[in-house]
Amino acid sequence: MTIDDTVTGVDLCEVTVIVNGQLRRARTEVRTLLSDFLRHDLGLTGTHVGCEHGACGACTVLVDGTAVRACLMLAVQVDGGEVTTVEGITPDEGLSPLQDAMWAEHGLQCGFCTPGILCSVEGAARAGENVGERLDDLLGGHICRCTGYQNVRAAVRLYCAGGQEAGR
Amino acid sequence: MKPGAFEYVAPESLEAALAVLTDRGEDASILSGGQSLLPLLNMRLARPEVLLDINRLGELATWEVTGDEVRVGALVRAARLERDAEVLATLPVLPEAISHIGHPQIRNRTTVGGNVAHADPSSELPGVLAALDGSVELRSQSGTRTLSWDEFFVSVFTTAREPEELVIGVRFPLLRGWDVRFTEMARRHGDFPIVALTVAVQEDGGVLTGLRAAATGVADRPVRLTEVEQAATGRSLDDAVIADLAGLARDAVDPQPDGAGSAEYRKHLVGTLLSRVLAPELGRSAA
Ligand code: FES
Ligand code: FES
Repeated sequence: MTIDDTVTGVDLCEVTVIVNGQLRRARTEVRTLLSDFLRHDLGLTGTHVGCEHGACGACTVLVDGTAVRACLMLAVQVDGGEVTTVEGITPDEGLSPLQDAMWAEHGLQCGFCTPGILCSVEGAARAGENVGERLDDLLGGHICRCTGYQNVRAAVRLYCAGGQEAGR
Repeated sequence: MKPGAFEYVAPESLEAALAVLTDRGEDASILSGGQSLLPLLNMRLARPEVLLDINRLGELATWEVTGDEVRVGALVRAARLERDAEVLATLPVLPEAISHIGHPQIRNRTTVGGNVAHADPSSELPGVLAALDGSVELRSQSGTRTLSWDEFFVSVFTTAREPEELVIGVRFPLLRGWDVRFTEMARRHGDFPIVALTVAVQEDGGVLTGLRAAATGVADRPVRLTEVEQAATGRSLDDAVIADLAGLARDAVDPQPDGAGSAEYRKHLVGTLLSRVLAPELGRSAA
């Protein structure tokens, strides 16, 4: 490959990616961030954008099963891959066990940080990690301006204990 | 907060990537994990003409533990090493230092080669590399060369990498019979350290037979505290010796102040961290 094969940043490229189990294809600029691609090109506005430099965690999604910052990837980088957003971890009816625990423990107020937190915790759980043990490390990657974190921690602990039915 | 325009190329092979660097190395930024580069692009502090995405180079995404080193391909994600049982058993200081890099979501993406090549003067891995006398492998179309950490790290965000070269691997030597420890002070866990310290200790019956200490955050690149290393050898670790070594460490560095800490504070920290890492219990009173 020589440099002739490059595409310039304002050029459009086609991105084909499985998002939340569905094959999606869209044309976007090469410089489009994954976060903007999800929101503007695919209309998935559950992924929030706070800082756009990796600090706040609001944009966290699962790329090929791993929790990463969508604002620190280009859309073109997920071409051929798989992305799961908060929409994808939400069941068609009702709430996921983690979401249910967040609701039960008042783990959110404004909810801006919540999609990112859900993706981080869900990603760790799906990877078979001990979420309870890694709780502070995981939440350390998210800034929440509302809750003071205590209710979020309580929610994740409730989720780890098996949720509302099992927990109390 | 969106990147400016650039030419984007994501080759499938190392050869193709090196060809791009030969042609356009001067104008290119190399996109590895992107956890430092993407913020720079988003804020337009970096405006490269060419963005060379190396994430498809699977051949750089493996590591191996041999009898005398852990050799890490440049594209290995930090989180993968952090969780590897063999690395944990062989060179536990590596996962320990990695656990302080950013947050889990960042470590899922950031790469060992990118972290080292970025050459942030306070970053963790360059300090570990300095303490272990590690090295960095560079490849261009004209061949491969291996530079010691001392040759590789030049200054703030500056290394001896030539524009046509790519960092392809990082070598962490194993110090058999040494106890290698890592500690740092950061405002919050996951922030860049104000000062980070990697210390390797060799002891025989309570007497130090060898000491290596490398600090980041106290100069424009990682530094070895050679005065401390020399003074330590042959002494037994008690309160007085630790206080003495901490004092030497403070005198050995000449840090620059920045928003994270004054020069005096950094000087003080390097001694305090040394005390703590040499003897967690004694260190507290000696500091
Ligand atoms: S918007 Fe991505 S981390 Fe803040
Ligand atoms: S609930 Fe408002 S920022 Fe977290």
